[in-house]
Amino acid sequence: MSGTNDSFDPKQVSALAPEALSAARDEATSAFAGATTLEALTALKPAHLGDRSPVLLARREIGALPPQAKSDAGKRVNEARLAVQTAYDERHAVLSTERDERVLAEEAVDVTLPTTRHPRGSRHPLTQTSERIADVFVAMGWEVAEGPEVESEWFNFDALNFLPDHPARTMQDTFHVEPPAAKQVLRTHTSPVQIRTLLERDLPVYVVCPGRTFRTDELDATHTPVFHQIEGLAVDKGLTMAHLKGTLDAFARAMFGPDSRIRMRPSYFPFTEPSAEPDVWFPQKKGGAGWVEWGGCGMVDPNVLEACGVDPEVYSGFAFGMGLERTLMFRNGLPDMRDMVEGDVRFTSAFSVEP
Amino acid sequence: MRVPVSWLTEHVGLTEVPSADELAEALIRVGFEVEDVEQLEAVTGPLVIGRVTEIEELTEFKKPIRFCRVDVGTRGSDPAEPQGIVCGATNFAVGDLVVAALPGTTLPGGFAIAARKTYGRVSDGMICALDELGIGDDHAGILVLPPDTAEPGADAAPLLGVADGAAEAVLDVAINPDRGYALSIRGLGREIACAYDAPFGDPTAINQGLPAVEGEAWPVTVEPASGCRRFVARRVTDLDPTAPTPWWMTRRLLLAGIRPISLAVDVTNYVMLELGQPMHAYDAARVTGDVVVRRARADEKITTLDDVSRALDPDDVAVCDESGPIGLAGVMGGASTEVTDTTADVLLEAATWEPASVARAARRHKLPSEAARRFERTVDPAVARAATDRAAALLAHYGSATVAPGVTDAGPFPAGDEAALEPVRMALDLPDRVAGVAYPRGASVRRLVQVGCAVDVDSQDGAAAVVVTPPTWRPDLVRPADLVEEVLRLEGYDVIPSVLPAFAGGTGLTMAQRRRRQVSRALADAGYQEVLPSPFMAPGVLDAFGLDDDDPRRSAVRLANPLDADRSLMATTLLPGLLDAVVRNVSRGLRDLALFHVGQVARPDRGERSDGEGRGTPGAAPVVGTAQRPTDAEIAALLEGLPAQPLRVGAVLTGAWEPKGWWGEGRPATWTDAVEAARTVASVYGATPEVSDDRHAPWHPGRCAALHVDGVLVGHAGELHPKVLEALGLPPRTCAMELELDRLPVHEVLARPEVSAFPPVLLDVALVAATDVPAAALEATLVEGGGDLLEDVRLFDVYSGAQVGEGRRSLAFALRLRAPDRTLTLEEASAARDAAIALAGERHGATLRA
Repeated sequence: MSGTNDSFDPKQVSALAPEALSAARDEATSAFAGATTLEALTALKPAHLGDRSPVLLARREIGALPPQAKSDAGKRVNEARLAVQTAYDERHAVLSTERDERVLAEEAVDVTLPTTRHPRGSRHPLTQTSERIADVFVAMGWEVAEGPEVESEWFNFDALNFLPDHPARTMQDTFHVEPPAAKQVLRTHTSPVQIRTLLERDLPVYVVCPGRTFRTDELDATHTPVFHQIEGLAVDKGLTMAHLKGTLDAFARAMFGPDSRIRMRPSYFPFTEPSAEPDVWFPQKKGGAGWVEWGGCGMVDPNVLEACGVDPEVYSGFAFGMGLERTLMFRNGLPDMRDMVEGDVRFTSAFSVEP
Repeated sequence: MRVPVSWLTEHVGLTEVPSADELAEALIRVGFEVEDVEQLEAVTGPLVIGRVTEIEELTEFKKPIRFCRVDVGTRGSDPAEPQGIVCGATNFAVGDLVVAALPGTTLPGGFAIAARKTYGRVSDGMICALDELGIGDDHAGILVLPPDTAEPGADAAPLLGVADGAAEAVLDVAINPDRGYALSIRGLGREIACAYDAPFGDPTAINQGLPAVEGEAWPVTVEPASGCRRFVARRVTDLDPTAPTPWWMTRRLLLAGIRPISLAVDVTNYVMLELGQPMHAYDAARVTGDVVVRRARADEKITTLDDVSRALDPDDVAVCDESGPIGLAGVMGGASTEVTDTTADVLLEAATWEPASVARAARRHKLPSEAARRFERTVDPAVARAATDRAAALLAHYGSATVAPGVTDAGPFPAGDEAALEPVRMALDLPDRVAGVAYPRGASVRRLVQVGCAVDVDSQDGAAAVVVTPPTWRPDLVRPADLVEEVLRLEGYDVIPSVLPAFAGGTGLTMAQRRRRQVSRALADAGYQEVLPSPFMAPGVLDAFGLDDDDPRRSAVRLANPLDADRSLMATTLLPGLLDAVVRNVSRGLRDLALFHVGQVARPDRGERSDGEGRGTPGAAPVVGTAQRPTDAEIAALLEGLPAQPLRVGAVLTGAWEPKGWWGEGRPATWTDAVEAARTVASVYGATPEVSDDRHAPWHPGRCAALHVDGVLVGHAGELHPKVLEALGLPPRTCAMELELDRLPVHEVLARPEVSAFPPVLLDVALVAATDVPAAALEATLVEGGGDLLEDVRLFDVYSGAQVGEGRRSLAFALRLRAPDRTLTLEEASAARDAAIALAGERHGATLRA
């Protein structure tokens, strides 16, 4: 590099020659294409795109060119460099994709392997049915009332218009509590909660009372000495049997679908007058839609209102009660009541947690 | 009550008798539960009356066999000869009328009769027993009909009620306790008449054609204390004791489910079914002296018709003669005056007893007789005379008896109009107002008249009202509401519209109810299965639990009549029921279990008796009436006697919490899971329980945590005692927790949290303390000592070994300190930490680990 103007002779800067650049570009492109792994590609990078790579070295020579040649040369160098970089990037993308696919393939598992490290629990269908029913009534503005299971005969019988020694008392086979003089029983129905409600709350009342009840029936497929009921009581001015029917119709629709409804047959309960037994139209009944007996109901007997200090000339009311086991049996097609009480986890777990 | 349809409709003016199913539907519509409609199966072919003319005993067989010649008129194989039929029964003699199924007959069940060779003879048909004819299930022998029932050769099917196309049906009707009158053809027939708007002829109004009454039938004294309202007696003499019961009556009794016995007894039963008046027939020759109706004396005994000697109770009412009790009133007669096969002189009794008294006696003597069933539901007192007359007339007609002119009618029941029940005044529109229906004009009055009431319309106060006098058989009609029911049921419940009450005043579930639901959901979400075990507890389980003699859980409500004598107590803890469920599941091969139950327990020990006496055992109940609201003191007295019945949640765990699997070893359920379950429950209430170690059976003494919230003991959790597990057959290491939900505070609104946005200072401390210093206690001390700046403490490591020395362990805590209003300096944080360490040293002898 002697002589002042030598550097202006493009022939003297061979690295900038179009042929040289083209050769460098081709060499780099072919080298990159030959790399089969990302590691190999990375190893090739300094030789073709590093500071000492032909293209980069050529760029340094641009300064030695005469001003009129600089522009052309710069353009050529940049084009060459861009081509090499693009070749690198494209190859890198290809190899990255290949690697990712390989890694993902290697990481594949058998997703059908069991994942149940800790099984989920579930709630008993009777609890869920009870809450479902309570929710239906809460949505209509009713409230939920409760009471104790060991109950005074006064609440369980006397105040509900069961006269002493009347055969109605023997209709419900009763567990009595020692000593007899204490006159306590295991409540035979949830109806004593009606009495407690009328004594405790201000009128009007619209309550449902779910709970566990007891009768001296031996356990078999359709009887259990410990069972569950849900009771409804409404006491207000101007309530009629039409309101009872309307309420039960709404209840039936909520439980069994929009086609369901209630019909009533006259019956007898000491605490209602008139009394009725509702049948519910059950569209999913085994063997075809049909009527299913579903508890008892009626207009609250004036004697019951009077025993609670409610004036039957001013207020009237209706009440109804259903067995939850029975409801569950026909609603879910369960053939044997014993499954509900034995506590076999296979039974409960089938019912999950109803939202 | 079983009712043959032909009998049910006998007194009803129906132009066309509906089918049995239609009648059943009609009864259901007016309020009678029909439990069964039993249609007798028709017999087709030559079922004929036969007379046995010759019996040849075949003795070469293992059992007695008869070859009979039976006169069947001209219906036999050879019209001129009697039919030869082989028979295995022996309850008949030559001359008896029998029912012969000749070849070509098809008996119920598709049993076709043909001539066949049997026992070495040709049997040309079959002599029938009742069950073979489809009438009941009696197969004690063949059916022998009373003489003169029909001529040999006559068709037997119509007589038996099994004729093709006209077979009898029987309705089985359940009678509710308020409708005693309906336990009779008279009562149910009237209901059919109401249901079809048909005329009804009261059978009591039929003139029996008896001679004019003159004098008494028997001297009878009714003592007022007996509660007997009416005692009617009538006597028939010269009864032919061998006279058979006519077949039509036998047949009705059989279909009604009553065993025929003898004419005198059958007649009393027949009249009971027809009129609803239970009757008794005494052998008048064996009744000595005057009859007295009185309460029994303490030392008296009676042998009843079932040949059982019974000691009488002073509450029993007895019919007595000079010899003493000869009948247990309303329940069963006595053996000493029983009608026998030689009785020719019969004293008929039709009495009206006090319902409750009969109910008590029937229960006391465990004699739920047909008579008692009617009396305890009340019997029409006005029907007694008609019943005795009807029975006497039947005995005269079928037993050639003479009806004596005397009639005794004792007791306070008045004659004539005075016997009427109290009239009830009812607003005329009350049925409409109760039903929510506008009934057609006159409907209410029409229906009340239809059931037998006398009705006067009365509008003196401006408002239309009716004054209704119920008939004597309807003592249940005492209030307007009772009349309303009659109108509504007969007008039909199907006309009542469906109307929703306009009410929207509720406030939803209470917070306690919502939290309780969430307890159950939280446990289910955590992996527990809900079970609903029986609350009946065996006393032995408390021994197995190792409870002290004075443990309050031994104070339990005891059942007077448990189903299972071993399980006579109401649970005082939820654990026995849950552990039963574990045993059952394990026995079915399900070993990894996490169960829970939310339920009441009964704790008499927590009763607050104001008299301070006998805690745990209730005293005598207060006498509280029902005519009006009880006073507050009366309500308190009723409630005070009841045991405390708090709501609890219990959980048990056994086997693997995480099962072994392809992922590796599982993790067994341990005491930590039980404590965690308790925390899960408490967290539903927004509470963090304070955990402390405790010794509380049935838990493992070294693995039992007591849980307190706000200083109140709420329950226990941990592993159960190995001895308890062994005694109850439970898997080793079974764990449990039980909390009393009613002791958890129900906050409507939880406390406001303080969330500081300033950075924390995180410091760790490792403290060495004696092994018996509980981690929770140490942690609580750090919280206290660290003061307000200490935001959070978390135990992250437990180490015991040579480095910390015998009997000691190191507990490492991560402390997070933060100030609410500034960036905390390290100096401030260190000072708080040092204060916490100092207090731990002071309280627990803990030192900073070197």
